[in-house]
Amino acid sequence: MASEVLVAEGIRKQYFRAGRQSGRTFDAVAPASLGLQAGELVVCMGRSGSGKSTLLNMLAGLLAPTEGKVLLDGQDLYALDDASLSRLRNQSIGVVPQGQTALHSLTVLQNVTLPSGLYGGGVDVEDRALDLLGQMEIADLADSYPAELSGGELRRMAIARSMIMRPRVLFADEPTSDLDDETTRLVLGMLREVADGGQTVFVVTHEPEAKAYASRVLRMDAGKLEGC
Amino acid sequence: MDALQLSIANVRRHAGRSALLATLVAILSAALFGGSVLVASLRGGLENLEARMGADVIVAPKTAASKFDLEEVVLEGVPGSFYMDASKLGEVAQVEGVELASPQYYLSTMKAGCCSFPVQIIGIDPETDFTIQPWIDHAYARELGDMDVVAGCNVTGAPGSDVQFYDQTCRIVAKLDETGTSLDNAVFTNVATIKRLIAAFEARGINTQAGFDPENVISLVQIKVADGYDVQTVTDTINLYVRGVKAVRSRAMTSGIADSMAAMSGIVRAIAVAACVLSLLVLAIAFTMLGRQRTREFAVLRVIGASRGMLVRIVLAEAAIIACVGAVAGLVVAAACVLGFSQALEQALGLPFLVPGAGTLALYAVMALVVSVVAGPAASAISALRLSRVDTGQILREE
Repeated sequence: MASEVLVAEGIRKQYFRAGRQSGRTFDAVAPASLGLQAGELVVCMGRSGSGKSTLLNMLAGLLAPTEGKVLLDGQDLYALDDASLSRLRNQSIGVVPQGQTALHSLTVLQNVTLPSGLYGGGVDVEDRALDLLGQMEIADLADSYPAELSGGELRRMAIARSMIMRPRVLFADEPTSDLDDETTRLVLGMLREVADGGQTVFVVTHEPEAKAYASRVLRMDAGKLEGC
Repeated sequence: MDALQLSIANVRRHAGRSALLATLVAILSAALFGGSVLVASLRGGLENLEARMGADVIVAPKTAASKFDLEEVVLEGVPGSFYMDASKLGEVAQVEGVELASPQYYLSTMKAGCCSFPVQIIGIDPETDFTIQPWIDHAYARELGDMDVVAGCNVTGAPGSDVQFYDQTCRIVAKLDETGTSLDNAVFTNVATIKRLIAAFEARGINTQAGFDPENVISLVQIKVADGYDVQTVTDTINLYVRGVKAVRSRAMTSGIADSMAAMSGIVRAIAVAACVLSLLVLAIAFTMLGRQRTREFAVLRVIGASRGMLVRIVLAEAAIIACVGAVAGLVVAAACVLGFSQALEQALGLPFLVPGAGTLALYAVMALVVSVVAGPAASAISALRLSRVDTGQILREE
């Protein structure tokens, strides 16, 4: 059995209903545990509002759970201080957030290489970025600004950016929304390749076609995770 | 690309937004520098004027005192020609308490080849003068020769050049340092020369005073009161016992100017403070509003691994870059206005105006720069802290 890169132990996310003063809470994510192994692509499906994105954000070190732990290579993410967690996220966790996430002051190439510059530039990062953009079939847009790109092109740019640091785990939140069928297949195929290369991929999606690329499929229903 | 380069890219890419914020900082910087220089120039002008006045009491012909506003003639340089019999000098000098008494001769020209404005020619007796001679000595250590004049800094004509007054040719032998007072528009000469000029003036038939003998007239007597005597008492004694003259305490003459200057300085200070407060307030509001628009951008930076501290540094660096550009621009504009138009300002204000020296100006410039450059990041600090605490997951879900 392959080793588990990322482990979630009883993570739960509660929010207050009608404000903190009301004292009433609800579970956006009910206590859940799961492990993600190297080289697998896990797809998490479920209706809107079922808690998929909340789960992804907790696993990616972006949202502290109300209870439980998230361990990356045995390291408890939320036991780290902000600077350490941020650095770990930069170097080991790639995230493709929902929606458009381009920085409009930067060119496409600069957007993609930005993570490598935050803590000192990597070697040949531009070559790698151009290579990733080529794989996403938008290499010719490297010097364009985000305002000149379509929604699908921006999404592909975000995927390339999430992969630039060769993260241990790559999280993608609805990576194929707004994309046409051909690009959807391209993106899912790309994520599959990443997983085949030994990295761990966790995808939250509505896209039924994603199942065909998945190592495992999980379901979220009203905050409850099934199929772990 | 590191955090600083990202800040620079943000500033450059959003040129309109950056220019607007830089303009606010420029207003702050200009108000600080311009206000400081204006107030210092007014204060410098007054100090210089008081130093040049030197005399405790000024004695003028009674007819002149009623005909001219002595304060305007003596302090503000409004040209005037008025005379009294030279014997008044002796009478005044004999009054108890008068330590020094020195005559001055005033002759105004309506138009002279050397100047674009009427010039006040002031004749002094180098032997007895204790107000203007020390100042002239500073610029021209030798004795003034026949038809030699020393020119105020605003008078056209370089040392060595000739000027015509009532068809008499005089030679400018030196130019005086700027005082910021009306004396900058005057020329100074000795008794022999002024008497020749007054005679030429008389020969033209312009003078209306009866029984006028150019060889036997003076315009003013400058008096220094001996220690232990009350200036007001000496002034009153002169007014009581010397006929046909009007004695005025010089402090009484400058106090009006000092009052006007204090009022003007107060107005300048109030305007500068209001401009500073307003621009700081608008800056803080602008940065806060901008911060609200940029929450998603900062959530993305968190996603790719930027720490809270890094986000704060990015916002502060952007604000600092904008503040630097704005502060320098404001400083340049204020310097160009205040220094370039100092003469026009002096005339418009009607008050002595002496721009401080380069060292003081540099100090004011550094102060204005430091405050303005700090103000940008300070105004954005709240916004930076708010942005650094955004709930990344929440923001990314709100599209």
